Amino acid sequence: MRSRNVYLLIFILALFGFALWSIVPLDRNVFGREGLRLGLDLAGGSYLVYQTNVSDIEPDNRDEIMEGVKGVIERRINALGITESTVQIQKHEGEYSIVIQIPGIADIEKAKEMVGLFTVLEFREQDAAGNFTVPTTGTVNGKELTLTSRYFKENTYVTVSQTIGETLLVFEWDETGAQLSKQITTRLLGKPLAIYLGDEPLRGEDGSIIAPTVESVIEDRGQITGLSLADATELSKLLNAGRIDVPLGRWVDGEFEPSIPLYERTVDATLGADSIRKSILAAVIGIVLLLLFMLLYYRLPGLVACLSLGIYGVVLLAIFKLVPVTLTLPGVAGFILSLGMAVDANVLIFERTKEELRGGRSLGAAVEAGFNRAWTAIKDSNITTFIACIVLFWLGGTLGAFMVRGFALTLSIGVALSMFTAIIITRTFLRLIIGSQVVTNLSAYGVKK
Amino acid sequence: MIDFVGKKRWFSLISGILIIAGIISLAVFGLKPGIDFAGGTSMTFQFSPPVEQSQLREEMAKLGYDKATIQNAGEGNFIIHIGEITSKEANELAEQIGAELDSQVKISDYYLASPTVGAETARNAGIAVIIAAVAMLFYIVWAFRRMPSPFRWGTCAIIALIHDVFIIVGIFSILGWIAGVEIDALFITGLLAVVGYSINNTVVIFDRIRENVSRHISPDFATTVNASIVETLGRSLNTSLTTLFVILALFLFGGATIHYFVLVLLLGVIVGTYSSICISSQLLVVWEKKEWRALLPFTKRPA
Repeated sequence: MRSRNVYLLIFILALFGFALWSIVPLDRNVFGREGLRLGLDLAGGSYLVYQTNVSDIEPDNRDEIMEGVKGVIERRINALGITESTVQIQKHEGEYSIVIQIPGIADIEKAKEMVGLFTVLEFREQDAAGNFTVPTTGTVNGKELTLTSRYFKENTYVTVSQTIGETLLVFEWDETGAQLSKQITTRLLGKPLAIYLGDEPLRGEDGSIIAPTVESVIEDRGQITGLSLADATELSKLLNAGRIDVPLGRWVDGEFEPSIPLYERTVDATLGADSIRKSILAAVIGIVLLLLFMLLYYRLPGLVACLSLGIYGVVLLAIFKLVPVTLTLPGVAGFILSLGMAVDANVLIFERTKEELRGGRSLGAAVEAGFNRAWTAIKDSNITTFIACIVLFWLGGTLGAFMVRGFALTLSIGVALSMFTAIIITRTFLRLIIGSQVVTNLSAYGVKK
Repeated sequence: MIDFVGKKRWFSLISGILIIAGIISLAVFGLKPGIDFAGGTSMTFQFSPPVEQSQLREEMAKLGYDKATIQNAGEGNFIIHIGEITSKEANELAEQIGAELDSQVKISDYYLASPTVGAETARNAGIAVIIAAVAMLFYIVWAFRRMPSPFRWGTCAIIALIHDVFIIVGIFSILGWIAGVEIDALFITGLLAVVGYSINNTVVIFDRIRENVSRHISPDFATTVNASIVETLGRSLNTSLTTLFVILALFLFGGATIHYFVLVLLLGVIVGTYSSICISSQLLVVWEKKEWRALLPFTKRPA
C-alpha cells in the first residue's frame, strides 16, 4: 500500500512537472503548439455564415460546385495575407451554407468584400514584358468577350492517361466558348495563358503560376497537361464552380439577398484583450477566496485540497494548450466555474471523513471510508453535469449558438479532471501525510475534540 | 438537529410565491428575446473620450433608432441592440454619432443574426432543454434502480429541476421588464449548466438517503430523509459557497459581455442549492406518505 502511494506520488509529480513545463512560458513551442488557442471573441476576428443561391445549378452537380466555391473563397482570403482562416460548407435540408472563420484582422470589411466577389475565373495573356496583365478576348457576334470559366461545360474532369501516365484535365467549351477558344488558340498558339481569380493568378502547390501553353487549336474539347494531380483536381473544381456565379448572401422570406451574411460576429482584438484581462482578474480573485475558505474551514485537508487544485489548474491549462481547446469567453467562464466545482469532490470527501472521525474511527480508516463512501455521490452527481454538457455541445454546433460549445467543452473537461484530482491526487497526498504520522492531531482535520 | 422536513409548508409557500410571481410576469410581460432568438444587430460602441448614456440615447433617437436598447458596459463602452443593420451601415452610424458627440467611436463587437437563424436557434434551445431533462430523469432512475420505485426519485429530482427553471426564467422575465434584460443562447447555456448543478446537489442528498435507508437508521422515512439532509448540509453549503465565490468574482469583475450569463449561474447555484435541500427530498417524503395536503401552507397539519 505504502509503495503504491509512493508510485502514485511520483506519477502525480511527473504529470505536474510535465504540465508545468509545457505551459511555462505559455507561448513556448511544445509539440507544435504555441500559446493557448483563442476563439474570435478573445483574439478578435470574424465569424461569417452565408447562404447561397443554387437554384440555377443541376441538383446532382451542387455538391461539387460548392466544393469549388469553397476553394475560391479560401484563395481570396489567403490572397489578403490571412492564414489560419477556415471555410466550411454545411448542407442542411438541401440548403448550403458557407461558414467562414477569419482570425484577428484589422479590416474585416475588405475581407467581406473579397469573400463576396463572384467565383468566375478569367484567362489572361502576357503583355510585352511577359507579365500576365491582358485579359484574353475574342469576338463573337460582333461583341468583344473575355474568355472566362463561364463558357465551360460542367463536365470538366481529371484523368490519368493509361498510356503515358500523365495527368490530364479534360474540358469542353459551350457554343460561345468554342468560338472564342478557336480564335484565341489560333492567335496564341505556342504562348501561355494564366488563369486569374480577381486580381490573383492561380498558383500550383509549388507556388508557381499555373499557365498552360497553347499547343494546338482548341475548338470544342481540349485538355491541359503537365499539372500535378492535386493541382489538376483543384483547378477542375474551380473551373466547375466558376461556370456560374454562385452569389453569397442569405434567404429572407423566399427572396435571396446578395452579400448580406445570414450570421456575423466580428470582434475587435482590443476588446478581446480586455475580456482576457477581466477574466484573469475575476479568476484570481475567485480562486484566492476559494483557497482561503478551504484552508480556514478544512485546515490540513484544506491545504491538501489547495495543492491538488493548484495541480488541477496547471494540468487543465496544459490540456487546453496541447489538445488544443479553443478558448472562448464563455469557455473561460466554464473553466473558472469548473474550479469552483472541482472543490466539490474534495468537500464531499472531507465532510465524509470528518463524519467518520466523529464516529470514532481512526484517522487512516476515516480517510479511506471518506473516499470510498463519497465516490458514489461524486460519480452520480457529476454525470448529470456531463449530460448537460453533451446537450450543450450539440446545441453549440448549430449556427446561432456557436459560442456555447466552448463553455460545454471546458466545463466537461474540467469536471472530468476534477474527479481525477480528488480521487487520485488528494487521496494520495492525504494517505502519505497520514502514513508518515507527521500530523496526528485531529483538530488539524477540522474535528473538535 | 434542524428539522427541514417539518418545515415543508414554509418551503412550498416560498417556492409557490416565487413561481407564481414568475408565471404572472411571464404571462404579462413575457420574455425579451435577444438577438440570438429574434434576429437583429448588436454592437459595442467604444467612445474615446467617453460620453454619457443619455447623450448616446438622444443621438440614436434623432437618427430614428429610438427603440434601441443601450447597456452601459463602462469605460466609454456601450452595448447597443437594434433591428438589423449591415456592418457597413453600422460603421456609418458610428461615424455620424461620433461626429455629433465629438468623440472617436470604434465598433469593437458587431453581431448580426438573421431572423431565420434566430428561429432555428430558439427551436434548438428548446429541444436542448427538453432532451437534457429527459436524459437526467433516465439517469437518476437508473442510478436509483435498486431502490423501491426508482421512477419516483427521478420524478422528484426533475420536479425540483423544473422548479429551478421556472424561478430563474421568472426572474429574467421580471428583469426584462424592469431593466430590458434579454434572453439569448448564453442564457440557455447557463440554465442548462445550473440544471446540471442542481440535479448534482439533489443526487448527493438522494445518495445519502439511499445509504441511510439501507442502514435502517429509522423506521420513519421522514426522519431518515431529514437526517440525510442534515448530514449532507455541510457539504451542500460549502460546495455552493466555493462555487459562489468564483461566480461572484466573475459577476463583479468579468466584464459586461457575459454579465447576464454569469447572473444565471449565480441565481442557479442559489436556487439549485435551495431546491435540493428544501424541495426535492421533501417531495420524496410527501410522495412516500401520500400526504399531498402537507404541502399546502394553510391547512391543518395532519395529526
